[in-house]
Amino acid sequence: MNEPIAGAVAVEAMEDARSVRSLWWAYLLRDKKAVAGLIVLVILIVLAVSASVVSPYDPNAMVFDMMESPSLKHPLGTDDLGRDLLSRIIHGTQVSLFIGISTVVIALLIGGFLGLAAGYYGGWLDNIIMRYIDLQWAFPNFIIAVYLVAVFGPGLSNVIIAVSLAFVDDFARVARGMVLTIKEQQYIAAARTSGASDFRIIWRHILPNASAPLIVQGTVSISYAILAEAGLSFLGLGVEVDTPTWGLILSEARSFFSRAWWLGVFPGLAIMITVLSVNFLGDALRDILDVREGKELSL
Amino acid sequence: MSRYIFKRILGALVVMWVVATLVFFMLRAVPGDPLAAMLFDVGDPEAAEVLRAKYGLDQPVYVQYFKWFGRVLQGDLGNSIYGSRVSVNRIISEAFPRTISLAGLSFIISLLIAVPAGLISAIKKHSAMDHVMTFFAFLGLSMPDFWLGILLIILFAANLHWLPAIGYVPLSEGFWPWFSHLILPSIAVGTAFSAIVARMIRSSMLEVLNADYITVARAKGLYEGRLVLVHAFPNALIPVVTVIGIAFALLMAGAVVVENVFAIKGLGRVLIQGILNRDYPVVQGAILVVSAIFVFANLLVDLLYTAIDPRIRYE
Repeated sequence: MNEPIAGAVAVEAMEDARSVRSLWWAYLLRDKKAVAGLIVLVILIVLAVSASVVSPYDPNAMVFDMMESPSLKHPLGTDDLGRDLLSRIIHGTQVSLFIGISTVVIALLIGGFLGLAAGYYGGWLDNIIMRYIDLQWAFPNFIIAVYLVAVFGPGLSNVIIAVSLAFVDDFARVARGMVLTIKEQQYIAAARTSGASDFRIIWRHILPNASAPLIVQGTVSISYAILAEAGLSFLGLGVEVDTPTWGLILSEARSFFSRAWWLGVFPGLAIMITVLSVNFLGDALRDILDVREGKELSL
Repeated sequence: MSRYIFKRILGALVVMWVVATLVFFMLRAVPGDPLAAMLFDVGDPEAAEVLRAKYGLDQPVYVQYFKWFGRVLQGDLGNSIYGSRVSVNRIISEAFPRTISLAGLSFIISLLIAVPAGLISAIKKHSAMDHVMTFFAFLGLSMPDFWLGILLIILFAANLHWLPAIGYVPLSEGFWPWFSHLILPSIAVGTAFSAIVARMIRSSMLEVLNADYITVARAKGLYEGRLVLVHAFPNALIPVVTVIGIAFALLMAGAVVVENVFAIKGLGRVLIQGILNRDYPVVQGAILVVSAIFVFANLLVDLLYTAIDPRIRYE
């Protein structure tokens, strides 16, 4: 290009971004595990969105066929109150995916913000924020979530708050680490010299470059958040009783496992398939975005 | 070194104090009456006032805090305000060995699985065996521990009748009764941990096996088994130990849920029951003890790290 004019440069930049994105997809689609994970997740999202259309029965309707083993009429059997297990599991997809994704988005926003602020400004702000993050870091996320539900009490919104806050430290650490490296780059110094505001530097220069590890962390966290929600629901610390969630279905079926194996097997299978697909996807993303040095580390 | 240990212990105590204080105030800041649970069997406002005064709940929060904290310093965690009002100390001292038994046994079992699995995967890299193990590691990480517990109960207790489904028997009543009650929950708790450790050992071994000194040893004609176990494995263990620390925390977290599947009255079950009953003293006591286990497990791992790798020295 002989005379680059502003418009042409912008178009080229956009094309670059587009080709980077298509390269991403190409990499992602080359990974068999990632493709399998993606397909399953798309199916699950479709099921969740169309739950009331695709489920054969109302998830809370009692059909008077109690504790029936899987049959053509009830593919996954019925529970002790005669509710269709398949319909309940399909409706459970809504809650599990919703909680898994929403908690991670909230944790990403709060943790990302804290990490960016701590890393960018440093000093006493960094000190205060990181003291708290380190405190939380000393405990597994699930335990933090249990502590928080102990304080807030059970219920859908409380579970979302508890699980989100429990994951904040992971994002804060990743974001802070990224900022600390990026901050030292010359282009940041250049931006600062040309008079860019802190907000502009963070938003336009640091955030785009810090996003890859945050995306990977986010994907990994979704699987842990789904597991955490299932665990809380199973313990009776989760959402309300009239919302069928996978953990709650398992919890309600506790006394019947010896007589009705399907009540113990299928809801857990739903959790495992979901978490496994997220893990497959997360693993592929980690490789593509090359977050870690050695590829042999991949799990 | 002793200065470092002293500093770390002090730090650990500060973390516990902060956690205990945060939980104390947060429990009281949130709407909801701790007496609600008790009032079910009292049902009369005047009696409630008497109870409130009896448990000091009519005093300002900071007074309650100092009284509580003073007692905690003397090792007194107070009394349960639910049911038979037993002392929290007694509840916890009964629960503690159960949780430690569970976490300890699952630690051993998962290492027994993870170490050979990780070594084989590393030695036979990219073989069918390696792929199978990778898949199982993924499964182990994606499976809720409490669900695995349910599956094990359905299979081994309800259908095959090989092992008891629920409960706990102390070690003092014999090894087999203790072991047979704990083996299923231990597997349920340890599987995810086992997957993590196996993968760590695999990647760490691969790195070490590529090192020059291994090539030299191999060139000298050292036989492969000795090479792997004596020369490579100890060095491959170093990064694994740090992860074991994190993963031990996972074991404890797993125990909290899995105890509830197998009706083992350990710390996890005490904590969850306390939350469900809104039994503040029990919740506070359980959180304090569970937190202490985490904090000191982290500390132990750091110290172990210096022992296993003499190159690391803390100031």
